Amino acid sequence: MAKVLVVTSGKGGVGKTTSTAAIGAALAQNGQKVVVVDFDVGLRNLDLVMGAERRVVFDLINVVQGVAKLSQALIRDKRLENLWLLPASQTRDKDALTEEGIGRVIAELRQSFDWVICDSPAGIERGAMLAMRFADEAVIVTNPEVSSVRDSDRIIGMLDSKTVKAETGERVEKHILIARYDAGRAARGEMLNIEDVLEILATPLLGIIPESQDILRGSNIGCPVTLNSPTSAAARAYTDATRRLLGETVPMLVPTERKGLINMLLGRRAA
Amino acid sequence: MDAIAEPVTQPVRLRGRSYLAFVLTPVVPIIEWLGDLDDTLRRSPGFFVGKPVVLDLSAVELSRSAITHLIVSLEKKNIRVLGIEGVDASLLTSTMPPALSGGRACAIAVAEPERPEVKPPVASLMLDSPVRSGQSVVFPDGDVTVLGSVGSGAEIVAGGSIHIYGTLRGRAMAGVNGNPSARIFCQRIEAELLAIDGYYQTAEELDAALRNRPAQAWLDGGIMRITPLT
Repeated sequence: MAKVLVVTSGKGGVGKTTSTAAIGAALAQNGQKVVVVDFDVGLRNLDLVMGAERRVVFDLINVVQGVAKLSQALIRDKRLENLWLLPASQTRDKDALTEEGIGRVIAELRQSFDWVICDSPAGIERGAMLAMRFADEAVIVTNPEVSSVRDSDRIIGMLDSKTVKAETGERVEKHILIARYDAGRAARGEMLNIEDVLEILATPLLGIIPESQDILRGSNIGCPVTLNSPTSAAARAYTDATRRLLGETVPMLVPTERKGLINMLLGRRAA
Repeated sequence: MDAIAEPVTQPVRLRGRSYLAFVLTPVVPIIEWLGDLDDTLRRSPGFFVGKPVVLDLSAVELSRSAITHLIVSLEKKNIRVLGIEGVDASLLTSTMPPALSGGRACAIAVAEPERPEVKPPVASLMLDSPVRSGQSVVFPDGDVTVLGSVGSGAEIVAGGSIHIYGTLRGRAMAGVNGNPSARIFCQRIEAELLAIDGYYQTAEELDAALRNRPAQAWLDGGIMRITPLT
């Protein structure tokens, strides 16, 4: 039975698209048949992060409007054969999305995939609402700082009221993914610590992804971090998070400060 | 009618007063009448208990022993006869209730048997999950209880008191329908705004010593006091 997972946050720039690509790739490596869907109409990024920006012919809006078939719009990943992408339109905007159209697309995707991962845009308007509308599970990406946490709280409230599952009395299963965690700043008290974030959001923790240069490198060359540098701390954290999504119990690793040898000898801290 | 008889020689003052009594008027056949009386008692048991009853025997012709028998059977039904009228005084013995005369008919307010009072359900709203940022809970009919925290940017508006078993980070407004005795309770107070019956206090004015402790907010005269609960 296919699962529809929405990756959302409320706040922008916290790591939704990065996480969608990383988790999608990790699930595909695990043998699942995965499609990642970009809901950020007009400001699409998922195709860049997946390295498919030069192969986009038809997009989600075309399928919703019936101009193209789903099979024409889906782009298969070159590196993993069971990972697909449904890109968003760059020339249109969110008003072109309709609930009925999205409902049809999601229903059709459910039939041929194990996981449908919806990359939500930032905000709480139409694009974000439609991305979460048909979700069974949700990953709420949060940075450990106050504005991100408050926005995530708002999104959690909406997941409990504005989704089809909530309206029929069921619950969307929610997980918190703390991204861009900087251990050094947390130690100095410049960032909220994990317990505070979880206490405010009162939702189970899926994983803690450290701030990492590997992620930026991956985005720039169009490869999800779990494929590009699978041994990096961020990739390993994403892999653990994916295993937890699949139901495995994996001990939670809190990223620690990493000091290079020279810096340690000279008493300097990593930037 | 308050007739005062003042005999000169007697030291005890005798007064006359009129009282309202129920009159039972047996009809022939007496057995059937007693059966009807039983029916009445079954429907409203204890109706005659503690009530003065007068027996009017003008509709029947009873002998002395019959009268005695009737009085005994009435007593068995917990009906105590206070007087008998409509019968020749010679038929009554000294052990029977005395003869009465000169009774006037008057209307009786039939007392409804007391039905157990159905209390209206106490108005209270219970929320067993946290209140998320941006959500607004409005309940003007009574108390609101939250089993969880209230997020920053959320608000709770209640006609009664507000009880939060968690951290209050948003706004709480109690006693909105003019109830100055309403209170706000929480396990940790990081509230943005507190208001009781229109008197409000914003977070800047909260005493630093109150933070991270169970607290209650209440109105003392026109001043809101926020005090630790422990």
